[in-house]
Amino acid sequence: MGIVEAILLSVITAATPLVLAAIGELVTERSGVLNLGVEGMMIMGAVSAFAITQITGSPYIGMFAGVACGALFSQLFAFLTLTLVANQVATGLALTLLGIGVSGMMGESFLGMQGVKLQPIAIPLLADIPYVGPLLFRQDIIFYLSVAIVAGVHWFLFRSRAGLKLRAVGDSHASAHALGVSVIRTRYLAVMFGGACAGLAGAQLSLVYTPQWVENMSAGRGWIALALVVFSSWRPWRLVAGGYLFGAVSISQLHAQAFGLGIPSQLLSSLPYVATIVVLILISHNRRMTLINTPASLGKPFVPDR
Amino acid sequence: MKKLLLVLASTTAAIGFATGASAQEKAKICFVYVGAKTDGGWTQAHDIGRQELEKALGDKIETQYLESVPEGPDAERAIERLARSGCGLIFTTSFGFMDATIKIAQKFPDVKFEHATGYKTAPNVATYNSRFYEGRYIQGQIAAKMSQKGVAGYIASFPIPEVVMGINSFVIGARSVNPDFKIKVVWANTWFDPGKEADAAKALVDQGVDILTQHTDTTAPMQVAAERGIKAFGQASDMIKAGPETQLTAIVDTWGAYYIKRTQAFLDGKWETTSSWDGLKDGILTMAPYTNMPDDVKKLAEETEAKIKSGELKPFTGPLKKQDGSEWLAAGASSDDGTLLGMNFYVEGVDDQLPK
Repeated sequence: MGIVEAILLSVITAATPLVLAAIGELVTERSGVLNLGVEGMMIMGAVSAFAITQITGSPYIGMFAGVACGALFSQLFAFLTLTLVANQVATGLALTLLGIGVSGMMGESFLGMQGVKLQPIAIPLLADIPYVGPLLFRQDIIFYLSVAIVAGVHWFLFRSRAGLKLRAVGDSHASAHALGVSVIRTRYLAVMFGGACAGLAGAQLSLVYTPQWVENMSAGRGWIALALVVFSSWRPWRLVAGGYLFGAVSISQLHAQAFGLGIPSQLLSSLPYVATIVVLILISHNRRMTLINTPASLGKPFVPDR
Repeated sequence: MKKLLLVLASTTAAIGFATGASAQEKAKICFVYVGAKTDGGWTQAHDIGRQELEKALGDKIETQYLESVPEGPDAERAIERLARSGCGLIFTTSFGFMDATIKIAQKFPDVKFEHATGYKTAPNVATYNSRFYEGRYIQGQIAAKMSQKGVAGYIASFPIPEVVMGINSFVIGARSVNPDFKIKVVWANTWFDPGKEADAAKALVDQGVDILTQHTDTTAPMQVAAERGIKAFGQASDMIKAGPETQLTAIVDTWGAYYIKRTQAFLDGKWETTSSWDGLKDGILTMAPYTNMPDDVKKLAEETEAKIKSGELKPFTGPLKKQDGSEWLAAGASSDDGTLLGMNFYVEGVDDQLPK
């Protein structure tokens, strides 16, 4: 295996959880809800995926547990912000803090346990293509799912009727309500999808990336995912590009260090963030396009008249 | 009504019991942790020390701790809270708590403070540290014996003297066995991020190192080493569980004896400001069992350990050159502690540019 392939393999592993958590948040935000609890839902997914894998012995059951736990945990946020109309920013932050705390408690008895890794699945024929095969078609199921989810979200948002309604809810909940769309129900589902994706991202952390459980192991990836959503100006494929750009820069800076290029490591470490900012500036240059893509009702509470 | 009386009675009993307990006046010994007490590394080692303290002196003291306290203004509040709540002796267990500890110590002259790995003291602030570099010297020797390619990968956290000292000691140890030995250093710029530490480990392995060592806190690099079939060293705690066939040895922090000694001095009224910097000899640092290596390597490691303990061998002893080739220590001369604690240069043989 050449060094380039090795680098690309690490990039895919590093980018997958970012893309997954971000694509879920993208759908949530497209419905007009800002959920800052991504980090919390992710870590809950990680701990439950690891715990259930240990208990059942099957990382696949563990993975589903991670998804379910993320989705369930997000419903706490949905209930507080949508039904009780609590402040979304504060509730999201609280969800993150709660997630980190609860996961630490849940995971206490699983610390230091030998993890089980989700094994790669080779796709017949495709896996034998030189170069591309080992990279893209000998991956674990979560990678395949991430690609499918992004494609699915793109199709859903821009090609399906339900997606159109969801975007309408995010752009003007009053108009959508007047047209007979159930704003609250749509948002509940969008938040749940976001939670499920964050849970899957967490499962990737504790079953693929580093198959172990340590407290707070998401280490801020939920926040990067949140930034990616803005970076992508709420468009799925741009989000994938952003996630992989971030992953690529963070992996290659490690290689640059090991190679001994002699560039200060602090500068190299900041590169992924610098790259993100530069691209953000380039994208936001066109103000009108940004405004068109931003969900206009983002973060605004909706109280239906009775 | 009967029920209510019962509740009242039991509450009174409880209050009575509480005051009864405080009447015995157990001294309160408190700890401030930077991470979770179950982090599997640095903080866990301190918490094990606290438990040993409780076991040893539990009839005279009680302990209390605050975990996951971020370095910065929060640390000040946390330390102050403990000082106000009646702690007699407070251990602050991270380098970044240094200024906060000094500041609060000025406010509470009657409370004693002990700060780990720092260099600022006061009439009521002592410092304590461990000579981790002694263990890294042994690791360097093992690495030079075990590596077939003559290159080890070093995952570092931040360019502070503590870490630079470790890298230098590792290289000096390795080159005492194989003068051509090289290391590749990758700065993760974090103490704790399993994903990033794993990425750094993968990058190093992909670039051809066949031994890994780390100065970060999680077992992720050990796991990568196990997956790729190379050997590695554990950090702060015995990480053998993460790599039963991978770990050669680990530097294990054992603070318990120090905590007991200092608490006893405190109880006896003999506590004084000290700057303690102990190592293998004092048992504040121990080596995890030497495993996964041939007998001759194991023997060499054990011999070196014995020599360091007896004081016969000091890792930072000349002839040593700095990275740029200039003389640092003449043959037979050993470095003073001040230079080590402020170490901001590499020794010869480190193939990396020190971040400033």
